[in-house]
Amino acid sequence: MQVLYFAWVRERIGLPKETVETTAVTVMDLVEELRQREERYALAFSDLSALRVALDQELSDFEASLEGVREVAFFPPMTGG
Amino acid sequence: MRILVQSEPFDVGAETARFGKGHQNVGALVTFTGIVRNNDAGTMTAMQIEHYPGMTEKALTAIATEAQTRWELQDVLVIHRHGDLVPGEMIMMVATAARHRKAAFEAADFLMDYLKSRAPFWKREITSEGAEWVAAKDDDEEALKRW
Repeated sequence: MQVLYFAWVRERIGLPKETVETTAVTVMDLVEELRQREERYALAFSDLSALRVALDQELSDFEASLEGVREVAFFPPMTGG
Repeated sequence: MRILVQSEPFDVGAETARFGKGHQNVGALVTFTGIVRNNDAGTMTAMQIEHYPGMTEKALTAIATEAQTRWELQDVLVIHRHGDLVPGEMIMMVATAARHRKAAFEAADFLMDYLKSRAPFWKREITSEGAEWVAAKDDDEEALKRW
C-alpha cells in the first residue's frame, strides 16, 4: 500500500510517500511496524494524539481496519481556512 | 457548487459577481474572505500552505455538501489556495447563496469552522528566525461542537 506523510510528519520521516509491504490488520499495527524500522519513524509516531490518519483519503482513526485500503496518510491536525 | 483548490491568486470581486449572477430565488449572498495575517511581531515573510491533493477536493466537497444538507442553499463556493503566500494575500473564500440571510450566514460560518480543522491543509510560517508549522488550536476543534 501507499503510505503518505504530510507537514512535520513528512519532514521527520524525510519523504512524502513510500510503498509499504505489510500484513498489518489495523492502522495501529502499521504504526507499530513503522516505529520498529528506524529512529526517525519512532520519533514521528511517538505521540499519536498529535497525529491524524486518513484511509483512502477519508479521515479515520488508529483502530480502523486496513482491509482493502490502498492509501494511508499520516499528518498533524489540519490548519486550513 | 464550485470548489477550487489552487496556488494562483483569485479575484474576490469577480468570483462574487460570477457566483451571484443568474439566481432568481436568492435573497442573500454571504461571502467570507480569509487573509494571511502577519504574526504579532510582524516578522513573517511568508506562509507556506501544504495540502493533500485528492483528499483536499474530496473533503471540501463533503463539507459543502453537508452545508447544503443542513441549510437550504441555492449555491456554495469554496476557493482555497496552497503554496507560498505573503501577509496580506487572500488565502481562501467561501460564498453561500440562499433565499434568506440567516441560512446564508450560518452556512458560511459552518463552512469556515469545518475548513479550519477538517480540510487537509497545513500552514507553515516563515520568519527571519526560521520556519514553524502552525499548531491547530483547541478552540477550532471546540468550534465544531456548535454544529
